[in-house]
Amino acid sequence: MKTIFEEHEPGRRTSYLPERRVDLEKYLPASSLRQDLPLPELAEIQVVRHFTELSHRNHGVDSGFYPLGSCTMKYNPKINEDTARFAGFAALHPYQAEETVQGALQLMWELQGDLQEITGMDAVSLQPAAGAHGELTGILMIRAYHRARGDMGRTQVIVPDSAHGTNPATAAMAGFEVVHVPSDDRGGVDLDALRQVVSEKTAALMLTNPNTLGLFDERISEIAATVHGAGGLLYYDGANLNAVLGRSRPGDMGFDVVHLNLHKTFSTPHGGGGPGSGPVGVKVALRDFLPMPVIARRDDGSYGLDYDIAQSIGQMRSFYGNFGMLVRAYTYIHSLGGDGLRGVADDAVLNANYLLARLKAAFQFPFERIPKHEFVIAPPKDLKRSTGVRTLDIAKRLLDFGVHPPTVYFPLIVDEAMMLEPTETETRETLDAFSDILLGILKEAYAEPDVVKTAPHHASVGRLDEAKAVREPKLRQTIGG
Amino acid sequence: MRFSPHTEEDRAAMLSVIGARTVDDLFADIPDSVRLGRPLNLPDGLSEMEVRRLLTDLSQKNEDTDQMVSFLGGGAYDRYIPSVVGEMLRRSEFYTSYTPYQAEISQGTLQVIFEFQSLIATLTGMDVAQASLYDGATAVAEAAMLAYGHTGRTRIVVARSVDPQYRGVLRTYAEGHNLEVVEAPLRDGRTDPDEVRRLAENAACVIVQHPNFLGLLEEPEALVAAAHAQGALYIAVADPVSLAVLRPPGEFGADVAVGEGQPLGISLSFGGPYLGFMGVKKEYLRRIPGRIVGETTDHDGRRGYVLTFQTREQHIRRERATSNICTNQGLMALAATVYVSLLGPAGLRQAAALSIEGAHRLADGLKGASGFQRAFDGSFGFELALRTSVPPAQLQKALLQRGVLGPLNLGRFYPELPDHVLFSVTERRTPEEIDHLVQELRGMAS
Repeated sequence: MKTIFEEHEPGRRTSYLPERRVDLEKYLPASSLRQDLPLPELAEIQVVRHFTELSHRNHGVDSGFYPLGSCTMKYNPKINEDTARFAGFAALHPYQAEETVQGALQLMWELQGDLQEITGMDAVSLQPAAGAHGELTGILMIRAYHRARGDMGRTQVIVPDSAHGTNPATAAMAGFEVVHVPSDDRGGVDLDALRQVVSEKTAALMLTNPNTLGLFDERISEIAATVHGAGGLLYYDGANLNAVLGRSRPGDMGFDVVHLNLHKTFSTPHGGGGPGSGPVGVKVALRDFLPMPVIARRDDGSYGLDYDIAQSIGQMRSFYGNFGMLVRAYTYIHSLGGDGLRGVADDAVLNANYLLARLKAAFQFPFERIPKHEFVIAPPKDLKRSTGVRTLDIAKRLLDFGVHPPTVYFPLIVDEAMMLEPTETETRETLDAFSDILLGILKEAYAEPDVVKTAPHHASVGRLDEAKAVREPKLRQTIGG
Repeated sequence: MRFSPHTEEDRAAMLSVIGARTVDDLFADIPDSVRLGRPLNLPDGLSEMEVRRLLTDLSQKNEDTDQMVSFLGGGAYDRYIPSVVGEMLRRSEFYTSYTPYQAEISQGTLQVIFEFQSLIATLTGMDVAQASLYDGATAVAEAAMLAYGHTGRTRIVVARSVDPQYRGVLRTYAEGHNLEVVEAPLRDGRTDPDEVRRLAENAACVIVQHPNFLGLLEEPEALVAAAHAQGALYIAVADPVSLAVLRPPGEFGADVAVGEGQPLGISLSFGGPYLGFMGVKKEYLRRIPGRIVGETTDHDGRRGYVLTFQTREQHIRRERATSNICTNQGLMALAATVYVSLLGPAGLRQAAALSIEGAHRLADGLKGASGFQRAFDGSFGFELALRTSVPPAQLQKALLQRGVLGPLNLGRFYPELPDHVLFSVTERRTPEEIDHLVQELRGMAS
């Protein structure tokens, strides 16, 4: 289909603003003004059709099953979308006087408290804009904590080999050296290896629990004791919190800093890759390092922005957070309540185990344990050797059946990995239908490997030439070219 | 459990396939010592009808910019958003999808981002743009990290006339790499190129906002020359609506252009979610943080779009990535793309022109008023800094009682500017509203 630049017709326009003529040269020096502005000119109907057609070329949770592991692609309730758009929220300027935004501040203050209770932490900042941004916030706080104690030699952050790529990237961005620790044969942190790498240089260990294999690390308390014993802190990557809501809390596991992904666990949508929201929770020892501002309740019962944080790491972004996402998460938490949130974890884990039970016989399941909300499998070993079909091919073939593929080739420690996270909002029928499709593709891969290797066959485009995109970069268009 | 589809029969049937007796069995490996062992202490769940009531009540405790007349700006602007923008944002194929890892069923998102990159590159006059960042402030910080990565120099020069929030976030990010952040001071509300030239010695970059936070036009050509004379990159901070009428950073020689995309059809929403943008000269392409979308073809020669140059990114490069950023602000980039497509060049220029006209109407109206003087000489855009004899807090309160939001108290960010305020005017402010404000202000001063 055409781009907006190719749909351009000179002179087309719709009036959205008063047409009063303004002579800019009356106000600004001519030398400061630009001469041309080659943007496309379109009629409103063209714009609507264009973006509607583009939406048809996208698969979302509302289009069909989306078992993308580690991403928690649960259903996004429509009520969230309504509440976030109430004028009393959506039309608030961030510099309005506090007395004019008491409802917004109350919502944020209560959400801070809700997230403290859910994670078992003592204080929460709602400021970070996404999970990775929450990670950076948390790691900068850890850095500030050690330095404030005069403990300047803590230059290393330990990251397991199963970690999300953001973990090591974050540690590096905060100026730390990254030290890797391997997994043991049960898929958890190798404790002996961990004991080898912790030292007086350890600033923190970053961990996801359940981890990216979907496995709960039962030795979490020993891990915590090992890191704390060496003077380091424990950082919890909240990507997988959906699995343990109301069952186990990072604060009780020994974690000192936690980030959450409201777009995963708390149903605010993923938006095609943002906006997310990545609040950070901390234990009391780190409270004084939170980014500014936090939301406070004053003695008179009113709410306000508190910039008076003794050793704050500063500001992580403009203003107070992705407020629109906070309204959605608040709506979700109040829709479910405490019991409902625990039910989320229960059904998320039930769905994952059910799906695994349907697939286990036909696929490799490298760690024979009860997974939580997600699990990692791989095609049989002989598949690639005898047919040349790889996990990527299976993923592409799934597209022909109207489902989004699982996360593939992650975590890095499982060869040909497929990581499946069905979430709690899927019906048994959907899980059954998906298992049938996946098992069917596996059969097909042996019988007619070329059909799988050349998939997808029914998408708006076939497999795209990624090498060409780098070799002959075309990263923008202009009118007429 | 409002959104779970399961009946008790479903659960029983599923447990029997799993071979477990109860759901609790599936959590058996969580040691007792780390189990919560009590219900979460949260309010009970509510029906949709009840939760709507709860949120309605909270929202009505706020005064919003639709009921009030707002002259607040300073980085977030109350601009008119055409109906189509909201309509497209609610297409759930867009908002319920994730980052476009599977290109074949994400062509919608990918093409939107490609078009967004094209629009940003055109607006800023830069060679290429990326898929968006969290907001203007983090875009500035990421741009500084790019300059540090490119030059290996650890000194960052930022004009004091840059948005105070941006400078704050820059300092936070700089801390991680032990970078030194130096401010070029205000000289009559603006930045002195000679001073920049001195400060930029051995600096990675010089960061200047134009028009600046105080609403004034800087001298970008001279400032670029000052930065380049010292081998520092020039990072231009720009408002995207201003770019419809002002010479773009690409024309005056900037190496990187960044800014806040909120004015392009994104609601104020109490400060977020917003949209950071970044355009660069092509030699910095491989240092860009975040996603980049490129055009390519499939095996049948059909055009399509993919995430590209991913070897810069965290999921491939881990600790050697250019940034830890994972997502972009996809949905906000969609809003901006739809907005610019609707307004077109004429509409975007009109938004800028009406705003500039409005701010000058305000300035003209206050000429000779005793308690309100223009704080600085020099050309300004749609924001007007005033020195006032009425204490800013008192001024804000008095205006609030008359249904007016603003102005911003500049002393809050610039201790050297007590009794200074900033009025921002967008196309939403009618000539009558501005004249009314003039009257009120004149009344207050006398």
